[in-house]
Amino acid sequence: MELSPDQTIFWEYGFITINLTLVTTWGIMLLLIVSAKLITRKLKTNIKISRWQCFLEMIVTGINQQIKEVGLNKPEEYIGFIGTLFLFIGVSNIGIIFPGYTPPTASLSTTAALALCVFLAVPFYGIGKHGVLGYLKSFLQPTWIMLPFNLIGEVSRTLALAVRLFGNVMSGGMIIAILLSISPFIFPVVMNLLGLLTGTVQAYIFSILATVYIAAAVRSGKEKNKTKEIITS
Amino acid sequence: MKIDWFTVIAQVLNFLILVWLLKKFLYKPILNAVNEREKKINDELREADAQKAAAEKEQDTFKNKNADFESKKSALLDKALADANIEKRQLITAARAAAKAIGSNMVKAFKKQQAQDKKEFTQNTQEQVFIITRKALKDIASVSIEKQTTVTFIKHLKVLSTKEKQEFLDAFKTNENAILVKSAFNLIAKQKKEITDAINELLNSKIVLQFKTVPELISGIELSTDGYKMAWSFSEYLNALQKKISTEIKEKDLPQTEKTTHAST
Repeated sequence: MELSPDQTIFWEYGFITINLTLVTTWGIMLLLIVSAKLITRKLKTNIKISRWQCFLEMIVTGINQQIKEVGLNKPEEYIGFIGTLFLFIGVSNIGIIFPGYTPPTASLSTTAALALCVFLAVPFYGIGKHGVLGYLKSFLQPTWIMLPFNLIGEVSRTLALAVRLFGNVMSGGMIIAILLSISPFIFPVVMNLLGLLTGTVQAYIFSILATVYIAAAVRSGKEKNKTKEIITS
Repeated sequence: MKIDWFTVIAQVLNFLILVWLLKKFLYKPILNAVNEREKKINDELREADAQKAAAEKEQDTFKNKNADFESKKSALLDKALADANIEKRQLITAARAAAKAIGSNMVKAFKKQQAQDKKEFTQNTQEQVFIITRKALKDIASVSIEKQTTVTFIKHLKVLSTKEKQEFLDAFKTNENAILVKSAFNLIAKQKKEITDAINELLNSKIVLQFKTVPELISGIELSTDGYKMAWSFSEYLNALQKKISTEIKEKDLPQTEKTTHAST
């Protein structure tokens, strides 16, 4: 039994390996982009719009709203990253309803790659907002003694992101595979439904945590102090 | 359970490409469409607000106009009512005056008609009495009424009371004018002579009489000079009859009127 889609290799040339994870990822990418292109081809600005446009608008404005609620005042700047995280993980996980499908998020390499993206996005947005020094100063908050703990926190949360997503998705897939081999046909279907729910929830958790980390980096020192004062008073 | 670093790098690149592509093909167009629609809706709402404000303003104007119109209408109505009342009073007064005048005219006409009727009635009665008498006399005594009238007149002259005789003498002796004898019919020469003889005997003188036929006398003879008149005709009887009938009618009417008055009270 293969635990990761990385182990299904289609083509290999030295370091370069084309495995199931990459192929599935490209498929999902293609699906997302073609769907987006097809739906946005005939966008209307009237009050009456098509169902698909309405569906897409609901998703995009929903993501926008979530980003705003977390504390990022200009969600248009972050929706590209956070929205793509949610859509990619969500579509990857929902695909488990197709028999024989293995989500790319069941690969630790994919979840690590996504966590790495978040890990890099946090300083990217933080520096973009406050500059290099301003961002680095945030590691000395509230005192310089906290520097090692802040650094450890930064790395550990990235690791936690990767492992959490991988663990949940991989375990779900594994459980379904095991149940299919030992139990009647109906029970894995129920587990599949549960897998749909956990897959969506995981996509939401991953993207919302990424938003929280970015928001923490983007918020200025003054704002942090203000929040602190409010909390202590 | 190991991490394939090539896959990690490839997935990072894949993810970044996906971010770029979705930003281009999904988020931007969708957000632009949403913003544009919001803008459009806001514009429409603003326009609707403006139209609403304009409509409210217009409504206020119309309300004010209506109120003004109502007050003017009320004032005009009051004035019209007052004018109508004045006109009504004037018309009623005029109608009363006209009715009074018409009533007065009617009463006058009625009285005139009554007098005319009375006159006609009297005339007819006299004529009828004369006709009846003439016929009766002819049937009973085979005597003409003209002859009998002359006889009666002469007889009447002869049986005058002392007072009447004196008045007659006084009137005719002092009068130098001719004595006029009017009769309802043409007197024959014999009758004229008989009358002349009877008067001459009464006056104890010889005078000439003037004779004149007046049909209105209705079978009668009238002797007249200035200030005195002596006559005999059916008119005397008829007048007496009329007086008596009138008196009787009045006597009959009086109790009825009294009864009516009592009943009404």
